[in-house]
Amino acid sequence: MDIDKNMKILLVDDFATMRKVIKNLLKQTGYNNVSEAEDGVEALKALKSEKMDFIISDWNMPNMTGLELLKAVRADSGLKSLPFLMVTAEGLQENVMAAVKAGVSNYIVKPFTADVLNEKIEKILSKM
Amino acid sequence: MDVRFINAFSEGTLNVLRTMANISPVPGKPYLKKDGMANGDVSGIIGLTGAVTGSMALSFSEKAILKIVSNMLGEEIKEINGDIKDAVGEITNMISGVARKELELIGLKVLAAIPTVVSGKGHSITHVLGGPSIIIPFEIEDGLFVVDICINRME
Repeated sequence: MDIDKNMKILLVDDFATMRKVIKNLLKQTGYNNVSEAEDGVEALKALKSEKMDFIISDWNMPNMTGLELLKAVRADSGLKSLPFLMVTAEGLQENVMAAVKAGVSNYIVKPFTADVLNEKIEKILSKM
Repeated sequence: MDVRFINAFSEGTLNVLRTMANISPVPGKPYLKKDGMANGDVSGIIGLTGAVTGSMALSFSEKAILKIVSNMLGEEIKEINGDIKDAVGEITNMISGVARKELELIGLKVLAAIPTVVSGKGHSITHVLGGPSIIIPFEIEDGLFVVDICINRME
């Protein structure tokens, strides 16, 4: 499978440190083209102003959660087919089900390694 | 306290630090703590509800947390700053998440609040429940930290 490692990834997390950690993991697997947003509201603004190829979003955030962002993306005709990877510390079954129901492309529970993150991204892209 | 709670938080701690910081802490023998003083220089605390009620805290010595966060970020951090506090909140959240997933497997659904972080020499930890808490001590090459649990199972 040919993956464009230069694809534009929007990374959404309210913790700057966690964005830095995930950005480092992405860098380790060759993804260097990463934009950041602090929450769902900021992410939607970024999605409206710039073309993104992939969204990686935390679940628990102030203003607009990852689940709310996912629903907003899926409800927008211009954005609805964007790959959406939910990253969260919430591994509870009902949360996974809620994200699946809302149309998440895949789900990754913290903590995770660069390899696991890469596998999830590849799995999503292989289905497109 | 049910030993399964202690095991879940202990395993969660080992899992998170191995995966995110490439550090394997050595757990010590759990003991009972009767005062509210923190065992470290920076602490994260998270409230728990559902099948159990109470809270879990993590309290790190300065040296231990500087090493852990430096490893997580891939850059050397030399003092307790905003990055460190952010990371302590996130580590607390992740450990709680892994432990709660373990507890869900044995039929206990536990929900968590948003963690808060406190720092400074001699700060205190206020658990949701009063009374004594269980301390699980951990050692890494650069220092010590503890997991401090004060929870009751709901009937």
